[in-house]
Amino acid sequence: MANRLHVGTRKGLFELARDNGVWEIVDTQFLGDPVSAVLADADGSIWAALDLGHFGAKLWRRDCDGAWRELAVPVFPPKPDDAEEDPHPWSLGKIWVLEPGGAAGRLWAGTMPGGLFRSDDGGASWSLNETLWHMPERRQWAGVAGGEQPGINSVLIDPRNPSDIRIGVSTAGVWASTDAGGSWRLINRGMHAEYMPPEQRDNPIVQDVHRLARCAAHPEIVWCQHHNGVFRSEDAGATWREVTAIRPSKFGFAVAAHPTDSDIAWFIPAIKDERRVPVDGKVVVARTRDGGRSFEVLQQGLPQHHAYDLVWRHGLAVDESGERLAFGSTSGGLWISEDGGDSWTMPQVRLPPVAVVRFA
Amino acid sequence: MATVSFTSALQRFLPAPPAEAEGGTVGAALAAVFASRPALRGYVLDDQGALRRHVAVYVNGQPVHDRIRLTDPVGTHDEIYVFQALSGG
Repeated sequence: MANRLHVGTRKGLFELARDNGVWEIVDTQFLGDPVSAVLADADGSIWAALDLGHFGAKLWRRDCDGAWRELAVPVFPPKPDDAEEDPHPWSLGKIWVLEPGGAAGRLWAGTMPGGLFRSDDGGASWSLNETLWHMPERRQWAGVAGGEQPGINSVLIDPRNPSDIRIGVSTAGVWASTDAGGSWRLINRGMHAEYMPPEQRDNPIVQDVHRLARCAAHPEIVWCQHHNGVFRSEDAGATWREVTAIRPSKFGFAVAAHPTDSDIAWFIPAIKDERRVPVDGKVVVARTRDGGRSFEVLQQGLPQHHAYDLVWRHGLAVDESGERLAFGSTSGGLWISEDGGDSWTMPQVRLPPVAVVRFA
Repeated sequence: MATVSFTSALQRFLPAPPAEAEGGTVGAALAAVFASRPALRGYVLDDQGALRRHVAVYVNGQPVHDRIRLTDPVGTHDEIYVFQALSGG
């Protein structure tokens, strides 16, 4: 089980360690700076992406010697004159997700405005996935959060084959590559965007994928928290069916998949997008243990009275055992479970708004 | 030589001491500084070489006009000041 937790917030990166059953902050980095993505490696390395308000996106790595060093960030190529029609900037907005690539030294970075970048040297240098970036369809990718840039929020690497990649995009559906990024296709069938005009409702490219999570032991099983519902795929994202049993609501951002049991997943529902607060002011976690046919609403240890914590896309994590979970909220709440979500405890901390939590 | 000074807000992230630079334009003067301090470039300019949205550059106390191509002229004794546009919360 994981005994370390990294929490990226609006004002810094916090590392918690479990000692005698108690989780406490043991390290603070980048205090005051927004952290947009975190990745922790088994060897003790940590990558932290910053989203500095004035000075742009930055990337730092803590090496095995404990020292933090600034790395190069992904950079977009010069925008050619004939790309005037492209509605999106060719400039790094922020690094939204960092994932290990399944090969030595390989990392993937999903960014706003929608570029996917790969590193083969542990993040020291990055190359844009040109194939995806130059696809004409990318110009149809829509922004998130009211017309901002599109963003790649999920990168799923098949544990059996590092060349097999799925990405989730807000807002452009699910894209697949089976040749390490050499070619891409839009694959999601079966999702629907109920807020779109009727003729666009089922169009795969308009689907607002908030977050994807896959079962590591059964990678063909993928869960999606979508803008207007929860969906499950049994063919690695090609086709989806809506999971209508989700309670207490179908809106949310985060999802976590059990690492070995493909029937188990966790969600943190909220009132849909007009409000984006927990239903009835109660913070709960929705868990299915039967592939989405039914859900338990877990609340033991979570605030149930005038609690308005919202959990963002990367604010929920499960460790490799499937027993330890953590989630952090935009109100700075942080809760940890050591029994698969049955019960939760809150460390004695008051954090800035949480963007991302990750076990190590 | 023109003088290029950087806001102390940058010192939190990396060294940014004042520098002397040749260059007939803001872009050329900044490029001369970044040649010896390459890590600084990405803090001031975006991927396309324009000024970052929340970074301000003044020449002799006046804001530059061209934030995209940085073509504002810079004379031999001019003072360039790079700082953050105020925002936060």
